[in-house]
Amino acid sequence: MARKPAARKTTGKKPATKASSKEASSDEVGAPSDDPDFILHSLQDEFEKSKSFDASDDQMLEFYRQMLLIRRFEEKAGQLYGLGLIGGFCHLYIGQEAVAIGLQSALDNDKDSVITGYRDHGHMLAYGLDPDIIMAELTGREAGISKGKGGSMHMFSTEHKFYGGHGIVGAQVALGGGLALAHQYRDDGGICLAYFGDGAANQGQVYETFNMASLWNLPIVFVVEDNQYAMGTSTKRSSAETRFYRRGTSFRIPGMEVNGMDVLEVRAAAEVAFKHVREGKGPVLMELNTYRYRGHSMSDPAKYRTREEVQDQRDHHDPIERLKKVLVENGHGEDDLKAIDKDIRKIVAKAADFAESSAEPKPGELYTDVLVEEY
Amino acid sequence: MAIELKMPALSPTMEEGTLAKWLKQEGDTIEPGDIIAEIETDKATMEFEAIDEGTLAKILIEEGTENVAVGTVIAMLVGEGEDAGDVEAPAASDDGDDDEGSDEVVDKPGEGKDEGRDEPGGASAPKTAPRADDPAIPDGTSFTSVTVREALRDAMAEEMRADDRVFVMGEEVAEYQGAYKVTQGLLDEFGPRRVIDTPITEYGFAGIGSGAAMGGLRPIVEFMTFNFAMQAIDHIVNSAAKTNYMSGGQMRCPIVFRGPNGAASRVGAQHSQNYGPWYASVPGLIVIAPYDSADAKGLLKAAIRSEDPVVFLENELVYGRSFDVPYLDDHVLPIGKARIVREGKDATIVSYSIGVGLALEAAEKLAEEGIDAEVIDLRTLRPLDKETVLASLAKTNRLVVAEEGWPTCSIASEIIAICMEEGFDDLDAPVLRVCNEDVPLPYAANLEKLALIDAPRIVEAVKTICYV
Repeated sequence: MARKPAARKTTGKKPATKASSKEASSDEVGAPSDDPDFILHSLQDEFEKSKSFDASDDQMLEFYRQMLLIRRFEEKAGQLYGLGLIGGFCHLYIGQEAVAIGLQSALDNDKDSVITGYRDHGHMLAYGLDPDIIMAELTGREAGISKGKGGSMHMFSTEHKFYGGHGIVGAQVALGGGLALAHQYRDDGGICLAYFGDGAANQGQVYETFNMASLWNLPIVFVVEDNQYAMGTSTKRSSAETRFYRRGTSFRIPGMEVNGMDVLEVRAAAEVAFKHVREGKGPVLMELNTYRYRGHSMSDPAKYRTREEVQDQRDHHDPIERLKKVLVENGHGEDDLKAIDKDIRKIVAKAADFAESSAEPKPGELYTDVLVEEY
Repeated sequence: MAIELKMPALSPTMEEGTLAKWLKQEGDTIEPGDIIAEIETDKATMEFEAIDEGTLAKILIEEGTENVAVGTVIAMLVGEGEDAGDVEAPAASDDGDDDEGSDEVVDKPGEGKDEGRDEPGGASAPKTAPRADDPAIPDGTSFTSVTVREALRDAMAEEMRADDRVFVMGEEVAEYQGAYKVTQGLLDEFGPRRVIDTPITEYGFAGIGSGAAMGGLRPIVEFMTFNFAMQAIDHIVNSAAKTNYMSGGQMRCPIVFRGPNGAASRVGAQHSQNYGPWYASVPGLIVIAPYDSADAKGLLKAAIRSEDPVVFLENELVYGRSFDVPYLDDHVLPIGKARIVREGKDATIVSYSIGVGLALEAAEKLAEEGIDAEVIDLRTLRPLDKETVLASLAKTNRLVVAEEGWPTCSIASEIIAICMEEGFDDLDAPVLRVCNEDVPLPYAANLEKLALIDAPRIVEAVKTICYV
């Protein structure tokens, strides 16, 4: 049985790091001067004080709308894949919606940059990019955001400072380090948010980047989206240390452990982490515990976990259902929420129609964009 | 028995140096470990340490003497009970090295001095055609003699002065002044924000450099040698080269990856490899491999300004050679253009990087035998200047490719394919390739020499296609 994100809500009770375990709980943490490892757990301590973001009603509705858009968009993408309209690899974000929405809602979109791996549709939608051109990229059409030449794994929007969309596991971490270096070099006040998975967390270049990011005090937030499986290998079978927020310890990078199935908790953690980085205090490593309901990609045999395990996650830890409950408690009627769902289904259906009906790239596009200049 | 103290080789490629300073004087007692002199190479100032004990009897090379060949006896040391006055300097006929002074390799197990790679060096490097003929250079331009090393540094410094987005990162580029001294002086002028020492972490800093380029900067990433860039090749190929295409032209990666490439001298198999063909096979990359100082400077400046990712392949053995560089405020050369470095009518020798020097040497020897060879320096390996190659073939009807690298799937293979596909009717003989032997590079001096391309082999190949 995989570790369950829900069970990990009790973080504060289990020993977090060797240093903090001596101190039993955050209440007893001494002053920074008494504790050489203060920096490593100070952000977690700060976060533990208030783990739920105090969102306004409008903000909550917006989070709900955005998460639902990702969910419905991805479900549609899965359908189109089944119909043969989407080819190759297609990695769906269903189940992980709260991570992208919680984090990206805390960014300053005029300054900050984002980079991720191949499971990138959700992050694109979190920016409010037109679902039509994202879906058109999935179907390989000229109107797609990469003119149909990137596909599911390679989407970019430099306008929104979203730098992809990278297919080599872990590469986006070093590239993110470079984006952070550019922020620092230009002194533009921006930070970089670099997402990677629990699988990428075992790549060597991740640690090369941790070292330089900490050494040079780069403004970067490293985000491990721990969805419990690297393709079909559970974290327990692949990782000697499964508490990924501790993986920065040797580089003096403070860690945070966050329930990635709760958008308000993700946002609360983002506030703490981004503030630290924005103040010029160097990188932060966040572990977002989440769960992907669908296979690694569309060709996943699903032999490595039970149906019951997946169903348990859907029934008890779903990020959208969780927020819906809060909204209902706050007085929103089922009808209001259904109206939102209906609206989103319409947007997604339109995107699918657009993606299906728009033209394929012209044959001449084969030879464009190889190089920028002519020689 | 007096001990001869000889000019030491302080790096694998050092052939001579300056005896900068004597720290011990005649009559001083020497203990093992004492620093007796300071020796300056083109790369660094090094301390010369005593191994034996005794008294410094005689200094044979005055301090301040330049161009002291490795192996020259510089002083005599006498042991206890010996009379310093009895010491005689070695006979003048000793040219400073124990070998026979011929061009032949003399195998001497245990002798550190490398003669395996008998590259013409320094001032004796074969001269390319006069730069004044180059259409890229205005008439009446004056020229100064500059080493390739300095030309590369000047190119970076000029571009850094002109554009704040340009910066250099890599191992030992800042405080150490460059492992091969190419970045010498840059830290002093531009400071640590723009001249960044990295840890030994090629994959990581190639990725960080690529990311910085995507984020709008103009990084120059130095690899201490391209052998170490194999750790980083994923970012060069997958991140830098493909991003523009994958993003439909939305996201660029204007970066220069540069450093020495190819065989150096006696550094063994893992440190001796030509990656030209590897990178030249990748769409989305520009690959440049210059030979002389003017091209090194003009093409590196062009590479830094390019909106595309560039792999810029240098050669350690060429760093110290001097060539004329045009005295211009802004000497920038076009990427993707080969240069005819020697005109000829009987046969064409196509080469690049260090091979150009060998090709020119071969052309001189061929001229003595009545064969007038044309030599083409490709300069850029991707995009390849097919037109210049095919035009020369149309003129000479015979072609040899000389490449310091393995023969299989080489630039030579590519040129041969182009000649066959597009120049078939111009061929009076098969195109031959002269490459290194198809083996990992051995360490032993004699084997290394056997493995590497040289001028006699190029001469032989040209004679074969001329049927003489």
